[in-house]
Amino acid sequence: MEYMKKTLFVLFLLLFSPIVCAEDINIKGSDTIVRLTQRLAEVYMKDHPQVKIAVSGGGSGVGIAAIINQTADIADASREMKAKELEGAARKNVSPKKVVIAADAIAIIVNERNPVRTLTTDELGAVFRGEITNWKKLGGLDMPVTLYGRQSTSGTYVFLRDLVVKADYSPRMAGLQGNAGIMEAVKADQSGIGFVGVAFIRKAEGVSPLMIAASKDHPYLSPLDKDVVESGAYPLTRPLIQYIDAHSRPEVHGFIAFELSSDGQKVIEEEGFFQIPLSWKTRLH
Amino acid sequence: MNKRRLKEKLIEWLFFVNGMIAVLVLVGIFILLVRNAFPGFKEVSFWEFLTTSRWNPDAYDKETYGFLAMLASTGMTTIGSLLIAVPLGVGTAAYLSDVASHRVREIAKPLIEILAGIPSVVIGFLGIVLVGPVLAKLTGTYNGLNAINGSILLAVMALPTIVSLSEDALNSVPRSYEEASLALGANKWQTVIKVKIPAAASGIIAACMLGMGRAIGETMTVLMATGNAPDFPQNLLSSVKTMTATIAIELGETAYFSTHFYMLFTVGLVLFIITFFINLISDIIFHKHMKMLK
Repeated sequence: MEYMKKTLFVLFLLLFSPIVCAEDINIKGSDTIVRLTQRLAEVYMKDHPQVKIAVSGGGSGVGIAAIINQTADIADASREMKAKELEGAARKNVSPKKVVIAADAIAIIVNERNPVRTLTTDELGAVFRGEITNWKKLGGLDMPVTLYGRQSTSGTYVFLRDLVVKADYSPRMAGLQGNAGIMEAVKADQSGIGFVGVAFIRKAEGVSPLMIAASKDHPYLSPLDKDVVESGAYPLTRPLIQYIDAHSRPEVHGFIAFELSSDGQKVIEEEGFFQIPLSWKTRLH
Repeated sequence: MNKRRLKEKLIEWLFFVNGMIAVLVLVGIFILLVRNAFPGFKEVSFWEFLTTSRWNPDAYDKETYGFLAMLASTGMTTIGSLLIAVPLGVGTAAYLSDVASHRVREIAKPLIEILAGIPSVVIGFLGIVLVGPVLAKLTGTYNGLNAINGSILLAVMALPTIVSLSEDALNSVPRSYEEASLALGANKWQTVIKVKIPAAASGIIAACMLGMGRAIGETMTVLMATGNAPDFPQNLLSSVKTMTATIAIELGETAYFSTHFYMLFTVGLVLFIITFFINLISDIIFHKHMKMLK
């Protein structure tokens, strides 16, 4: 009995130990970047065993809310902070600093049994505004267009809306959980169309990325083509961002510096994203 | 002797405090909801909230906080789930209490109750990988993440409550009712349908109301399986976004103490009031049932 009690006590301690020892760096935010940040953190912690990094997702909005509410040190974001969020940060005496860590292309995906393979950004906007509701209008089969989107916490949702849709999304668009949710839905639905970060389609089966052109006179380009993304020619190229509080601790700055170093950028490429194009490199300090 | 009295008093007092804690927590939650719900109406008109259907807190140009679409969505999934779960649940309860052999009952009832213990994420997952594709095929549409999918899953989740409590209600019908009915020449089917179920009606209704409370408040399952499109639902095959899903999805992203934050608390308050009244009504009906049988 005594023995059992002791064992239970030790088990109890083990159960709660991860909560007891504080994480040094807490990163939260974009689902598009979460896997990448986890990988970066693993590599970094191997060389810096004294630093503990915890990474979680939830969407860019969640991460930004977390640095404003001071529950995270770094916010992963696939969009810039909105004016309202900047105001909120100022009220809480947080001065967010923007660091671009990588480039990403948003891939527009359709089911592989859907013959449509190209769209212009204008057509894409009309589809997601709910103005084009049948694939026949886009040169495809006679079937309805089923929109699969993310929830408004997603940075990809906001970025695509502001860049291409330029109005509210169709209220018929489903709001799914994470990039993986969209992948599964489009894979199952012949009439589906959705948007995901390019890293998610590198090994995907059952879905095809569309080639996108800035207009009828421009060439149709693939998000998988490194050159057109890094030159910025692919219309849906965007920076992947981390926000930190300007007054954050040196450990946080150390991790950011690693991400921007050539070692960090190598990890970023391995994870399916793109290195920061020279044209929009920003440095810390 | 005196010591013993003191001990009794202390224990009595302890139980009183325990009882009061539950009440205090309830009152505390209500106050928290009300206090956080009201400031939202400084910027959003109460009328807009109640009479428009577009909930768009993250709009391209102008935010709107209409509540009707999510109320309809919650209503649709809940009523849909009851349409499935009530006949099935009451039927199962009647089978268990009057038809099944003792051995079958002893095995089947605990199994049905275990159903209540399956985590909602697991049921939601089944909605995505199993119910969704099957529904899409059966209805000839492309998208299986819709209101019916949610209804089916919620029915599965409400079933244990309805079966278990309905069976208790049927069992609490005095044996003399059944004997009288059989003695008058009614067969077993007639006895169950015309005597036992009417006699246990209030208990069965209470069971169904509790099942309904479970369906309305369920979050994770509907969030995963209904597609979460914010539009006012056109029919049972539309993707819907329920009140619970809206709160769960959006509360994480809002800056604290913004209009959006306050409006989500308003939705929570409405949800609280709805489930409170459902539970209250089922409680009243249940007590009536108990009294009647005495």
